[in-house]
Amino acid sequence: MGNIIFEFKEGLFIALRALKANKVRSILTMLGIFIGITVVVLMSTAIKGIDNSFQKGISALGSDVLYIDKWAWFSNVEWWKMRNRRNITMEDYKKFKDSAKLPLAVAPTLSSRQTIKFGDRRVDNVFLNGSTSDYVKTTNFTFAQGRFYSDVESNSSRQVVVLGSEIAKELFPRGDAIDKNVKIGKESFKVVGVLTEQGSFILGPFNPDNRAYVPIGTIFKNFKTMHRSTVTITVRAKNPALVEETKIEAEGVMRKIRGLKYDEPNDFSINQQEGLMDNYNSVVGVIKIAGLFITGLSLFVGAIGIMNIMFVSVRERTREIGIRKAIGAKKRTILTQFLLEASAICVVGGIAGLIAAVILSMIINQFIPTSVQVDVVIIAIGVSLLTGILSGIAPAYTAAKLDPVDSLRYE
Amino acid sequence: MNIIDIEHIAKIYQVGTEEVHALQDVSLRIDKNEYVAIMGPSGSGKSTLMNMLGCLDTPTSGKYLFKSENVSQMSDNDLATIRNREIGFVFQTFNLLPRSDALHNVELPLIYAGMSYLDRKERAEQALADVGLSDRMHHKPNELSGGQRQRVAIARALVTKPSIILADEPTGNLDSKTGEEIMQLFHEIHAKGNTIILVTHEEYIAEHALRIIRLKDGLIENDEVVSKRYTPNGNIAAE
Ligand SMILES: Nc1ncnc2c1ncn2[C@@H]1O[C@H](COP(=O)(O)OP(=O)(O)O)[C@@H](O)[C@H]1O
Ligand SMILES: [Mg+2]
Repeated sequence: MGNIIFEFKEGLFIALRALKANKVRSILTMLGIFIGITVVVLMSTAIKGIDNSFQKGISALGSDVLYIDKWAWFSNVEWWKMRNRRNITMEDYKKFKDSAKLPLAVAPTLSSRQTIKFGDRRVDNVFLNGSTSDYVKTTNFTFAQGRFYSDVESNSSRQVVVLGSEIAKELFPRGDAIDKNVKIGKESFKVVGVLTEQGSFILGPFNPDNRAYVPIGTIFKNFKTMHRSTVTITVRAKNPALVEETKIEAEGVMRKIRGLKYDEPNDFSINQQEGLMDNYNSVVGVIKIAGLFITGLSLFVGAIGIMNIMFVSVRERTREIGIRKAIGAKKRTILTQFLLEASAICVVGGIAGLIAAVILSMIINQFIPTSVQVDVVIIAIGVSLLTGILSGIAPAYTAAKLDPVDSLRYE
Repeated sequence: MNIIDIEHIAKIYQVGTEEVHALQDVSLRIDKNEYVAIMGPSGSGKSTLMNMLGCLDTPTSGKYLFKSENVSQMSDNDLATIRNREIGFVFQTFNLLPRSDALHNVELPLIYAGMSYLDRKERAEQALADVGLSDRMHHKPNELSGGQRQRVAIARALVTKPSIILADEPTGNLDSKTGEEIMQLFHEIHAKGNTIILVTHEEYIAEHALRIIRLKDGLIENDEVVSKRYTPNGNIAAE
C-alpha cells in the first residue's frame, strides 16, 4: 500500500517538475484546455442563466394559474379545428366565475397591440392586457408606484392604465408617471400604477415589464383585439397543490357552460405554465446540446494537443523510463507518472480556464444574466481531469510497455 | 547457495529476416561474495548477458535461477520487483535522472520499494556518505564530475542492499585515474561482503576481479579464478 502512495507522490512530483522544465511548451499545451474549459464553463453558465431567468419569468406567470382559452398553447389539435371553436365570451366568463368554487380568483383577459405615447416619447406594439380588477389576484405583482385599477374603475371601464416597468421607464425616464395621461392609440388613459420590475428578459411579450394593463371594457370599446374578441379566462388556484383539482372543476364547469354533450370533445383549452416549460425545454434543449457539443469540440481539440505533447514527452524521456524500470519501477508506476503529468496539465489549465470564465461571466452578466455555480466548478475540474486521463492514457501506456533494455540504449 | 545459476541460456535477436545469436549457449554459476569480471570483445554478448543476469531481459531459451527462483518465466512486474530488491545496476553512462539531485537519484529505488520518507532519506544519505559524497547531496548530475556521477550511481545501486551489483563498463566513460578510484570503491564494496559482476573489455580492469569469464561470439570461452588481486590500498597481493 505504501508503495502506491509513494509512487503516486513521486509521480506527481515528477509530473510537476517536468511541466516546470518545459514551461513554454506546458503553457502552450495548457492553452488548449484553458480555452476549452473557459468556453464550456461560459456556455453552461449562460445556459444556466437563461434557464434561471426563464424559470423566474415563468413563475411570474404562476405555477398555480390556469388559462382557459380557445387556443391551446401546445397541443396536437389541428389549428383549423381550434380556429373553428366558438369564441369564449364575457358571458362565459361571468357564468364560470359564478359556478366555479375552487379558484382563488378568476379574471377575463383580452389583449391588443397598441402604441403608447407620452409627449414625444412612445413605445410601439405594446401588449395591452385588458381585464378586471381581479386580475391582479392571479399575479404576484408588486407596485413601484400607485396601485392596480379598482373594481369601480374596471366595472365602469374607466380609462386608466397600469404600466409595466420597462414601459414606464421608456415613457417616464424621471419616474413621475402617476396621474399623467398617456395616449394609447388615440385614447387618453390616466396612469394609476407602475409595476416593479418582474425581471425576465426571455419572455418577450409575456413579460409583465413590457405590458400595460387596462380595464377590459376599454379594449372592447376602443381597440381591435388580437384574437377576434375571444376572452381568456385566467384562473388562479388557492395554492399550487390544488391546481389539478381546480383544473378538473374548471373543465367540468366550462363544458356545462358551453353545453357540450358527454361525447363531444372540449371546444376550449386549459393552458398552464407547465406546458410552456416543456416547450421551452424542447426548443432550448436542442440549442443547449448543440452549444455544448460545439464547445465540447474545442475541449477535444485541446485534448488532442495534450496527447500529442505527451507522446513527445514519452519519446524524449525514453531513457529516463529505462532507468526507472531498471531500478524497479513497474508498468503501473510509469503509467501513473504519465497520467499524472497529463492530468496536471489539464487541471492547471482547467482551473485557469475556470477563473477566466468566472471573470468573463461577471462581465457578461451586465448584459445577460449568467450564473456560475458550484456544480459548474466541480464539473469543470472533473472534465479537465477526465480530459487529462483520456488524453494521457495512450501515451502513458506506450511509456509503460517500453522495453527496459531498448529504452536504456535509446539515444 | 548460488545466487545465480544459469543453464544453457540463449538469446536470439530478430533483425529483419536475420537472427542474431547474441548468446548461444551459456551456463554459469555465481556464488555469494564473488567478484566476477565478464570480458570479451565488443559484440561478444557481454551486455546481453548482463541484462539477462539483471532481469532486464529474458532469455530466448534456457533456464535462469536467481536464488533458486526461476526468473526465466516471470512476469514483467515480478522482474521489476527482483530488480528493485536484489540487483544494483551501474552503467557506463551513469544513467542518472538529469533533473534530480544526487539524493533523489539515490532515493528512487527506495521509493519504488515503498519505504517511508524519513527512512529512505536516512538510507540514501548514508549511501552517499559511503561513496564519499556527503557534501554533494543536492547537486544535480550536470553539476558533478564524471567520477562523482558514477559514485552517485553506485550509491543508488547499493542503497537497497541488493544481492548482486552489476556493473557494465563502469569506467568506460572515465579517465584512467578516476576509473581507478571507482575500481577502488568496488573493492571496498566487495570487501563488505557484496557480490559484484563487472563487465569490461579492458584487461587491466578485469584484473581487479577474482574470477574472469571470457565471452566470444555468445559463448563462454574461458572461466577462471585468478590468483592475484588488488588489495583495497592498491597493492597486488597474493591470494
Ligand atoms: N536489441 C538488439 N537487437 C538486435 N541485436 C542486438 C540487440 N542487442 C544486442 N544485439 C546484438 O547482439 C550482439 C551482442 O551485443 P552486446 O551484448 O551488446 O555485446 P557487447 O556488450 O559485448 O558489446 C551484437 O551483435 C549486437 O549487435
Ligand atoms: Mg556492451
